[in-house]
Amino acid sequence: MEQNKSSNIDNIDIEIPLFLEAVYQKYSYDFRDYSKAHVKRRLMHRMSVGHFSSVSQMQEKVLRDKDFFIDLLEDLSINVTEMFRDPDFYKSFRENVVPTLKTYPFIKIWHAGCSTGEEVYSLAILLQEEGLLDRCQVYATDFNRKVLEIAKHGIYQTQELEKFQRNYTKSGGKGQLSDYYTLKYGSIKFDQSLSKRVVFADHNLVTDHVFAEVNLILCRNVLIYFNRELQNKVINLFHESLVHSGHLCLGSKESLRFTQHEHSFSDIDAKQKIFKKRIG
Amino acid sequence: MSKALVIGTSFGGLEALKTIIPSLPEDFNIPVLVVLHIGDHNNDSFINYLNSISKLKVKEAEEKDEILAGYVYFAPPNYHMLIDDDASISFSADPKVHHSRPSIDVLFESAAWSLKDGIIGLILTGLNQDGAHGLKTIKNYGGTAIVENPENAVASIMPKAALAETEVDFVLELDEIGAKIIELSKQF
Repeated sequence: MEQNKSSNIDNIDIEIPLFLEAVYQKYSYDFRDYSKAHVKRRLMHRMSVGHFSSVSQMQEKVLRDKDFFIDLLEDLSINVTEMFRDPDFYKSFRENVVPTLKTYPFIKIWHAGCSTGEEVYSLAILLQEEGLLDRCQVYATDFNRKVLEIAKHGIYQTQELEKFQRNYTKSGGKGQLSDYYTLKYGSIKFDQSLSKRVVFADHNLVTDHVFAEVNLILCRNVLIYFNRELQNKVINLFHESLVHSGHLCLGSKESLRFTQHEHSFSDIDAKQKIFKKRIG
Repeated sequence: MSKALVIGTSFGGLEALKTIIPSLPEDFNIPVLVVLHIGDHNNDSFINYLNSISKLKVKEAEEKDEILAGYVYFAPPNYHMLIDDDASISFSADPKVHHSRPSIDVLFESAAWSLKDGIIGLILTGLNQDGAHGLKTIKNYGGTAIVENPENAVASIMPKAALAETEVDFVLELDEIGAKIIELSKQF
């Protein structure tokens, strides 16, 4: 092997899998089947912020320093979200999923990878407007306890409020977004009545199992961070958790392609990635 | 080891891409990946048009597409596009980089990480600094860097920023770039 800069480059490709293995063995958080490019980007960022010279050096630290691990967990979790993100999705959901939900006496919903909760409150508002919220039990889950705390409180900064309002209107909202929050000290707080049917809980899609049989699963912009094997595993978990004819909603650039359940679902809205579990 | 041509551009990019992409031949032997800053708007009509005037197949990239010669992949609006180690496409909804998502830096860096010296990076006309850091990463990994001559580009900021950060291999006029890329690709 030539002694040039490329030998240095190879090191990181050796170190990252070892690092992820160390994190898994020590803390039971499993990032080994995340997309490599994504993980590398996040770890390189942490390396540069923390002035580490190598991933190995960072591994030494993460094994011995729990606080550092908590920071790292933050880096590796996916926390970009907004109210009524992709308004066209919510619009389609109102038109194509709500009529089915209305036929159920009781509706169990799993919002997987809910992050800081903006999309959970969006869903709750929609269900409220459709007269369904009182019949629902929503499980909103994430592996990151820190974001779950934020989600539980339902308090958000106002800097993106105009965008949220625009999204809400575009999504087919029936009132004003301001009908659902109070503005205080430069933050908004969503009405507690919206979360009364929501349980925020710690659940890890990679390592945890089925915990309930549900009528509807939303998991948007989470699978994009996983490799094919892990995508397949998580879709299996969803398939197992859904009742017959239950709905599955994914992010706008996600699909069931390359998973063994590619043909176990029918398209309800192919563009908005709304699927329905086939019977049998 | 796989190879690829990666292109980044913003303001003026539609016209620039209309010059370059249709000039590439049907048997062009490496995949092409493009980040074009276009805000939240979708690219569909531009992609369809470009496809209709090109010999290569032009499409919006899909998650986990394996990158293939004969195709031009555009990053979808609002997602970063990355190349993974197995030469497949990954997306991320991570925060914007240089106020941009998709970001040129994100594509270029991941391309260099995954495909090492097999990358030709091209920066065209544009209005911000995105891509400068990514082009440098491509050079560091032994790839080839090309920048449109800022003197004659529609917007000079992006090519100038790239030139300020990196010792590039070629600074070319828009209408010279296609021929140079074809020449370089033959070495692969």
